[in-house]
Amino acid sequence: MNDDLIQYLLRLGDTALIQGQRLCEWCGNAPALEEELALMNVGLDLVGQARNWLEYAAELLNDGRTADDLAFGRDERSFRNLLLVEQPNGDYAVTMTKQFLYDAWHFDVLQQLCNSSDERIAGIAAKALKEVTYHLRRSGEWIQRLGDGTEESHARMLAAIEQVWRFTVELGAADETEQRLAAAGIAADHDKAANAWLAEVTQIFTLATLPVPSPANYFYLSGRKGLHTEHLGFILAEMQYLPRTYPNATW
Amino acid sequence: MYAQLVETGVKRLKSLDEMEPQERAFQERIDAEIKIEAKNWMPDAYRQTLIRQISQHAHSEIVGMLPEGNWVTRAPSLKRKLQLMAKIQDEAGHGLYLYSAMETLGADRDEEIAKMHNGKAKYSSIFNYPTLSWADMGAVGWLVDGAAIVNQVVLQRTSYGPYSRAMVRICKEESFHQRQGYQMLLTMMQEGTQAQKDMVQDSINRLWWPSLMMFGPSDEHSPNSAQSMAWKIKRQSNDELRQRFVDQTVPQLELLGCTAPDPDLKWNEERGHYDFGEIQWDEFYEVLKGNGPCNQERVSKRRNAIESGAWVREAAVAYARKQQLKRDVA
Repeated sequence: MNDDLIQYLLRLGDTALIQGQRLCEWCGNAPALEEELALMNVGLDLVGQARNWLEYAAELLNDGRTADDLAFGRDERSFRNLLLVEQPNGDYAVTMTKQFLYDAWHFDVLQQLCNSSDERIAGIAAKALKEVTYHLRRSGEWIQRLGDGTEESHARMLAAIEQVWRFTVELGAADETEQRLAAAGIAADHDKAANAWLAEVTQIFTLATLPVPSPANYFYLSGRKGLHTEHLGFILAEMQYLPRTYPNATW
Repeated sequence: MYAQLVETGVKRLKSLDEMEPQERAFQERIDAEIKIEAKNWMPDAYRQTLIRQISQHAHSEIVGMLPEGNWVTRAPSLKRKLQLMAKIQDEAGHGLYLYSAMETLGADRDEEIAKMHNGKAKYSSIFNYPTLSWADMGAVGWLVDGAAIVNQVVLQRTSYGPYSRAMVRICKEESFHQRQGYQMLLTMMQEGTQAQKDMVQDSINRLWWPSLMMFGPSDEHSPNSAQSMAWKIKRQSNDELRQRFVDQTVPQLELLGCTAPDPDLKWNEERGHYDFGEIQWDEFYEVLKGNGPCNQERVSKRRNAIESGAWVREAAVAYARKQQLKRDVA
């Protein structure tokens, strides 16, 4: 059960971390000053959450590694983030579509985790849920603005959805690790999360005058198992550059 | 972050006797240390000077995010990443308050930003220097925010109410950034490897002089200071503030175990201050004119962000209009 739990914590932590890292890339490039502030704010929440999950994972691993070692010392095959969040930012439509699709799933997962039988998880989730409630409201509003804004923004939203929708296949699928943890009352129930996610996406897309695509097809990769797209390697090369270049340094 | 070399458009100071009653009442209010508020009458030159100064200050906050954006994706630990993200977020917030303070004077944020993008408005020259190592994130916090604070602490008493109040809030956050920056350098110097210590010294060597330049031209070459001081927009001279910065920074430099790239820097017992060498004024004016190492990159990055985001802002406006229409119909 401990190995399952460590895997689960890495999945939650790595996904939040990589999403936060992608948001950092927006610094100085956002379409308005208010958005600079909001993107950094959401990113800050997510990297903070990642630190909480990875610290817990490091304690359970009990092999001398810290949360920083986990974030900055593992390679692509050891990262457990969802594929959706490692996709390039693209334009604001792609960024907001990725954010919303993640937020809608994240929100329900955290809501369930607030009742986890593992108190540490429940505590981290309760704090994160407050933050993610705001993330979801914000990204949902952007989906509506861009979907039901101008002809151009609508067209860009259609292209963005087309581009990232296939990665949502992971949001609806659980593996045995998570099924075992869910049965023990520790992890979120995946079917429940998938249904809540689809209901939220359907509601917001409808308000945004955007079609809801049919369910995404499995395509033989799995972030949960460390089988990533080619983008993750570049994210890690950048993010991990200093600790890897100066292995004995103290920052 | 702040403004350097702000034009007042005024050739010579008027005495109270030379002023019309309205202007005289305005000046007497300032002399009595009563804040000027947005609704009060003010001379046009005072208004324009403040718009130039506050917008320059706001632009500096925004352009100041770029050298940090250069490292935020490469911060070496989760703690340092979170600190840098929080600092960047604060700076965007400072930009917002400052633009709001400026708008109380009747200026338009988008128009003033466009002036920066076409080279008519300035931002602090320090951000035209590249950040070449992680130590620069510490040195920028310590030296650049440190220099900005010396200036801004005085600006908390500036005569224009909305600007003064924005400064109170900004100063609190920047003092925090400065301590954090210094702490980063201290950690590298006291617990780090030789490579890290070299990185810190190299960073100080590159950023020391540009930080001293942040206080603007020397008093004898500061043609706009007299009017700005009479209006109490500015409260102390460039050279006084620069001296204060040097005096408070040198002991911190020594505690780090680093040196400044200035052979003339030494304590002067008689003056009770540190003496320091002459700034390379040619470099200062060239960087201000747009010929610094990163002027082009900084401005084009900002311009590009605003231009490529136009469709996003248009969509937000169109959506808001549709929603309003729906509410009106209902």
